[in-house]
Amino acid sequence: MSSALPTSIKPESRRIHSVDDRTLPSGKTGQHHVSPADQSPALLECRQLMKSYVKGSVTIPVLRGIDFSLTAGEFVSIIGQSGSGKSTLLHLLATLDAPDAGEITFEGNRIDNLPSSSRDILRNRYFGMIFQFYHLLPELTVLENVLTPIMISRGAVSYLLNRRKHQNHAKDLLELVGLSHRLTHKPRELSGGEMQRAAIARSLIAEPQLLLADEPTGNLDRSNGLDIMKILRTLNAQHNLTIVMVTHDNSIAQEADRTVRLVEGLVEKV
Amino acid sequence: MDGRRLFLAEGMAMYKLLLSWRYLRTRYIALASIMSVTLGVATLIVVNSVMSGFTHEMHKRMHGILSDIVIECYEPSGMPEPAWHMQEIQRVLGDDVVAMTPVVHVPAMVNIRLSNGRSMTKWINFLGIDPATYGEVCDFSPYLIHPQNQNNLSFALREDGYDEERVNFPTSGWQHRRWRVGLERSLSQRPSNDNAQIDSAIIQPAAEPLETFELPDDIPELPSKLDSGVTQTSLDKTSPDNSLQETDSVYSQTTHSDVFDPMDEQHTGVILGMAICTSRHKTADGEVRDHFFCQPGDDVQIQFPNAGQEVKAIFESFTVVDLYESKMSEYDSTFAFVPLSKLQEMRNMFHPETGSRTVSSLQLRLNPTADLETVRDRLRAHFPVETFGYSIQSWRDMQGPLLAAVQMETTILNILLFLIIAVAGFGILATFFMIVVEKTRDIGVLKSLGAPSRGVMSIFLSYGFSLGIVGSGVGMVLGLIFVKYLNEIAGFVEILTGQEVFDPTIYYFETIPTITNPLTVVWVTIGAVSIAVLASILPAIRAARLHPVEALRYE
Repeated sequence: MSSALPTSIKPESRRIHSVDDRTLPSGKTGQHHVSPADQSPALLECRQLMKSYVKGSVTIPVLRGIDFSLTAGEFVSIIGQSGSGKSTLLHLLATLDAPDAGEITFEGNRIDNLPSSSRDILRNRYFGMIFQFYHLLPELTVLENVLTPIMISRGAVSYLLNRRKHQNHAKDLLELVGLSHRLTHKPRELSGGEMQRAAIARSLIAEPQLLLADEPTGNLDRSNGLDIMKILRTLNAQHNLTIVMVTHDNSIAQEADRTVRLVEGLVEKV
Repeated sequence: MDGRRLFLAEGMAMYKLLLSWRYLRTRYIALASIMSVTLGVATLIVVNSVMSGFTHEMHKRMHGILSDIVIECYEPSGMPEPAWHMQEIQRVLGDDVVAMTPVVHVPAMVNIRLSNGRSMTKWINFLGIDPATYGEVCDFSPYLIHPQNQNNLSFALREDGYDEERVNFPTSGWQHRRWRVGLERSLSQRPSNDNAQIDSAIIQPAAEPLETFELPDDIPELPSKLDSGVTQTSLDKTSPDNSLQETDSVYSQTTHSDVFDPMDEQHTGVILGMAICTSRHKTADGEVRDHFFCQPGDDVQIQFPNAGQEVKAIFESFTVVDLYESKMSEYDSTFAFVPLSKLQEMRNMFHPETGSRTVSSLQLRLNPTADLETVRDRLRAHFPVETFGYSIQSWRDMQGPLLAAVQMETTILNILLFLIIAVAGFGILATFFMIVVEKTRDIGVLKSLGAPSRGVMSIFLSYGFSLGIVGSGVGMVLGLIFVKYLNEIAGFVEILTGQEVFDPTIYYFETIPTITNPLTVVWVTIGAVSIAVLASILPAIRAARLHPVEALRYE
């Protein structure tokens, strides 16, 4: 696997984090280039988040009142043991699931109670996600997988008219993650590290403001895991991408700017 | 691009098209499930084509033979004053009627002498027809064997030229009659010495050839075309040809006067239905052959009732002048036609008071634009059954039960075959559920990437739609090819199985008739696609309702 990461980012690659005029469903313009040191408003904030699962007659509380906030440009890792509720928290942040109580705001707007169509748009255009098991679509090539979020947001005609532009963008991203030689391969023809790189490229194609990573190195060997971390660090440092990463691995968690430890559904006070 | 079109185009997001296309190309199990739709569609098209082919042939023939409307009088003495009736009909119907013909119609028995000295009796529908007008009300002439009779019907025996294109058709006409009479006369001059031997030869013709029996020298030369049937058997040296004397004597007693010379005279001409005087069978090498019990030029005897109040049987000899082959076995095996005036004279069909000739029915041909049922009802109103006692029926009324049965058969077949496609639909449903389960994680991924539930649903709906299109499209093409080469395929199946698929001896068709109705094909295809889409609705809803987190965690 190639671990070569471009040290200098091409001008067009800046697009991954360029300022645009997209607005949230509520109509608020996104904010960028905010350093973690600034005491600017949080990009993402959750207050007293609660979530429990019902199994038969037993209710299992998973999150018991999480308070957590994130400013733009931050790289935060959420660490905790298995069953501590870190993945559940990430799913709530990604609006894939709704909390039982508490609220989540993104750029000051509440997002946990949005209608599903607005949440779909949020996930498609504002959040990027990567997973432990990569979750690439097996029927599509690497390039098509990377383009999937664009294909979801665009109609067929609009997509086809701008196909070249989208493809070039996807190719740039694949080059950024060092996978430009695998464009037409199917996921099953790739190694684990390569698949995760493709998944990262896919999460960046819609130029999101926030990357949510769920155990991105959990299924990789140490060397490949470090490569992926290197890419994430670069994205954060050079492209100012805000990243929330869930992991159970302390050494991986150390790569982040800040670590939030979850213990039994609560944020551990440091 | 206007807003509406833009909306439609935007509504069809790229990922749905791409994914349903990829699923179509990679999920062969679904293609297997769609095969049943393919076969169902193909079968429906073939069955409908064959059924409408048969129905069309049947309608064409029935309608052609039956004329549009028949006014029938059941009185033994018949319907008086047919000319007045025809004037009235013309007055009532005006332009709706284009031709009329009087017909005498009577049940009868035909007696055909066989070459082995026995005779054969068959029940027939005996019709006296007006040669000038009968052909105007129904398709009669095209079904005659002699080409000249097709253009200009005559009840006079023709010299020869009966259906020369037909394989194995025996020499007929005067040529045959003279040869036969000559043969009979030559034989009758021989002393009938070996009746016992001849009788045994009839029973076991091939067991032991009769050496003592010799043909006389003065037998006329056999016409060159003669090859099978009655005449060939009668030429065979081992055959008991002097048995003809016996029947001849009966024949002479009843009909022949001393002055009648069959060598150059004929009885009243009769046109016999093909199946009355033939037996169709298959030879060992699979060839369909007609065995002719008699042929144009031969004499037959017909017994029929007279027209009086006290019914008596009339025995008359007729000379077969032509054969009638409509290829509808019901008609070909019962119809015999003679000139109207001759039958009226023979049956004594004269009105007791006026002395004018009577008929048993009037047959009408209507203007193609006229409505059959309306015209029939107008006639019924004009000739009330209470007063006249006539039965007035359209050809559809007369063949009602058969037409209804065929219609019913077609409907039932269609329902059954469509049920087969519906059953195939359940196969698709099961396969689709399986695919949705298999794709659970991918559905979760799509949702996490922002695909709306509606979009996920439409992936599977468009997958079902494209499977339906592929399945029924292939089925349609297969069905149409099958119909086009149906007879070749039937032949191939016959070779393969040794079983006869289509027996021309039953149907009187040389080939299986087919008519492909484009509308039927379109409906069958649309129906099959709809079933595939319907079958994909439930799995698509299930896919749409999957919780993204649970879907992502699905192992």
